[in-house]
Amino acid sequence: MSKLFSKENRAVLTNPLNLDNPVTVQVLGICSALAVTSQLKPALVMGLSVTVITAFSNVIISLIRKTIPNRIRIIVQLVVVAALVTIVSNILKAYVYDVSVQLSVYVGLIITNCILMGRLEAFAMQNGPWESFLDGIGNGLGYALVLVIVGFVRELLGFGTLLGFEIIPQSALLEYGGTYMHNGMMTMPAMALIIVSLVIWAHRAYNKEGKK
Amino acid sequence: MEHFISLFVRSIFVDNMIFAFFLGMCSYLAVSKTVKTSFGLGVAVTFVLLITVPVDYLLQTKVLAAEGILGVDLTFLSFILFIAVIAGMVQLVEMVVERFSPSLYAALGIFLPLIAVNCAIMGASLFMQQRILLDPETSSQAIGGVSDCIAYALGSGIGWTLAIVGLAAIREKMAYSDVPKPLQGLGITFITVGLMAMAFMCFSGLKI
Repeated sequence: MSKLFSKENRAVLTNPLNLDNPVTVQVLGICSALAVTSQLKPALVMGLSVTVITAFSNVIISLIRKTIPNRIRIIVQLVVVAALVTIVSNILKAYVYDVSVQLSVYVGLIITNCILMGRLEAFAMQNGPWESFLDGIGNGLGYALVLVIVGFVRELLGFGTLLGFEIIPQSALLEYGGTYMHNGMMTMPAMALIIVSLVIWAHRAYNKEGKK
Repeated sequence: MEHFISLFVRSIFVDNMIFAFFLGMCSYLAVSKTVKTSFGLGVAVTFVLLITVPVDYLLQTKVLAAEGILGVDLTFLSFILFIAVIAGMVQLVEMVVERFSPSLYAALGIFLPLIAVNCAIMGASLFMQQRILLDPETSSQAIGGVSDCIAYALGSGIGWTLAIVGLAAIREKMAYSDVPKPLQGLGITFITVGLMAMAFMCFSGLKI
């Protein structure tokens, strides 16, 4: 049991959460990090889906890594990921249909999510199944963390709710006699980019001081 | 004809692949350092889009749909088939570029095969899948035939090229600016793209 969670394996799991974060450091998976975060619930569902898909595709490719001919490597990886995404997409449509409609094409776009291809090429092709599984979970959670932060800020400031629960009371709004107005810009795609850049700024400044 | 032009212009400005939907960001951020390579990548992406979207449309309506030649609803296979078509087409484009423009091939390097996993290509096909269900009479986004696919693909490609060349031009100038250390590189690029996206929002009221 101690070998399963040895120091290196724990590092594989925790590194992507901070030092090696796929979105802010490795610059992968940007497309969906911006598009699905206008509310917290789709961001959460997307983060979980990517974590599950990354982990399992890592395991599958790691198990067959010695038998894939080099010339069709990318196609095999794409087919494995596409099959997993098809399964997850149908599960989402069955159990959380309203979120799946909100996510629309971005669930299918997990296939081309750079995090998956990046981790398959960089890690799963050279390491065993258990380490690849941990790496997939770690990177997926690192990605989910950034999504949740951006979704939290955007939903709170743009709609005044969190996961559908009203945080800013209706009585505070301008049309009901108060002085507060929701920041409608937060619901627009443009603000997503600016919020992610602020997250990157904070993350890099924090890491610089940590390293010193 | 009117629908064709409306779809074409909408895809360039209003439904811009980068600024409205954030598709193709990874290679967008990595390649947009000089205008020349950005333009080359933009043209390659447009070409791949022009081939894959009509082919995927024909696959979706004639083969996978319940009314197609196989008679069974196979739309759950669409993800796998689309990505296979895209990977094949990109391989073809790579061979053509290597033969006819070796300098562009060398300049693009790894990013040419990476077009296969560019979200913009897959995204265009997936959006096409959704838009087939819309009614051409009421919605200017609807896709009703191969010509509409071509308008959509061409417009999306040109919009993407416009975005990447614009960003490359700004980044070339920004190399001489005094950006704070943690914001350098990725951070300031995101803010720039965000401001460009805000500027493109002014097209959202466009009525052709």
